[in-house]
Amino acid sequence: MRINISRSKIKNDFVAKVEEISGQNLLACYQCGKCSAGCPAISEMDILPNQIIRYAQLGLKDELLQSKSIWICASCLTCNARCPKGINIAEVIEAIRQILLRKREDHLKIEKLSDQQKENLPPIALISSMRKFTS
Amino acid sequence: MKISYYPGCTLKNNAKNFEDSTLCSLRILGVEVEELPRWNCCGTVFSLATDDLIHHVAPIRNLIRVKESNSDTVMTLCSMCYNTLKRANLRVKNDPESLEKINNFMDREKVEYTGDVKILHLLELLRDEIKFENIAEKVVKPLKDLKIANYYGCLLVRPQEIGLDDLENPVVLENLMSALGAEPIDFPYKTECCGSYQTVDKPEIVVERNYQILTSAKARGAEVVTVSCPLCAFNLDHRQAETVRIYPEFKNIPILYFTQLMAIALGCPEKALSLNLHYIDPKPILKEKGLI
Repeated sequence: MRINISRSKIKNDFVAKVEEISGQNLLACYQCGKCSAGCPAISEMDILPNQIIRYAQLGLKDELLQSKSIWICASCLTCNARCPKGINIAEVIEAIRQILLRKREDHLKIEKLSDQQKENLPPIALISSMRKFTS
Repeated sequence: MKISYYPGCTLKNNAKNFEDSTLCSLRILGVEVEELPRWNCCGTVFSLATDDLIHHVAPIRNLIRVKESNSDTVMTLCSMCYNTLKRANLRVKNDPESLEKINNFMDREKVEYTGDVKILHLLELLRDEIKFENIAEKVVKPLKDLKIANYYGCLLVRPQEIGLDDLENPVVLENLMSALGAEPIDFPYKTECCGSYQTVDKPEIVVERNYQILTSAKARGAEVVTVSCPLCAFNLDHRQAETVRIYPEFKNIPILYFTQLMAIALGCPEKALSLNLHYIDPKPILKEKGLI
């Protein structure tokens, strides 16, 4: 995959927005990879947690907004617990999801689930997925 | 001892076995439980966005209900409710500006919230107030020879500022099970995520987690796995149906709330266990051990 890095991208509004919504300092990350090493969901991800932070530092908006990973993370907070620089990676991923959801781009289409899929699901599952994946 | 109790939505249907077994156990332990009047859904997940105050309104309303019932402490059972209530409380306690905004938004509430309700998980009540040695004295049917892997999942222990035990190696469930006469088994997946709400539209992720977590527990000799979260319970128990389909060699293992095992040990009737709500039937192993 070809990635273009430029000064204008690094200083773009997207980076500022991610930092604002997440409350995190992206530049604190020194890419040790501990977040990805402990993440239980990396086998499903296209961009790993440490790479998400790197991409965000570089302002790679399109790559992040189109990534599968932001919808795979279930905020289990293992990355946050293990980051030696105290960065809350899960908050950064939440911020990227929020940027999409705030444009009413829902990830979960609850109306498209079949009755069979919804059957037996406890309320706790439906409420939490709607809270995380819809606007 | 009297305590206010916040049940949460799932405890009133899919996780009735969690609630019934808890209420029976607490009765035996001499705790008077008072369900909070007019409680509402906590929202299940704590919003991680700094500017998303509206999602903290639901948990804070419940804490206002606690104040209205002239109490300053509330107990809850579900890990997700515990996490959301406690984090929302911490958030407004540390951020007076957010607290003021939320209070202004809820202008019809008679009580102005100040961030002073203590949120206790049942495990904290058992460990710190009642104490395990006193529970051990009330055991009438020790869980002898039952090998139990205790699964904590995420939200009981993370993040550290609200977690009820060590975040990498919690032991509170193991200590409780030992007090009840069981043989707790340590296993490396006890704090690994079960896949959570991905179960709704990406169940294949949960099936993979289910396989990894339960295979690890069984490899260490576990005969049952305990949980304290109705979503973990669903993902580890009900999703075994798909796990067996993908991994035909996978052998099922029953999933129980830790309170169901406590209720057995304390002599609650079988009715209080609601064993019919399980996908993998725990009765055969419980019968084999002479527990039901």
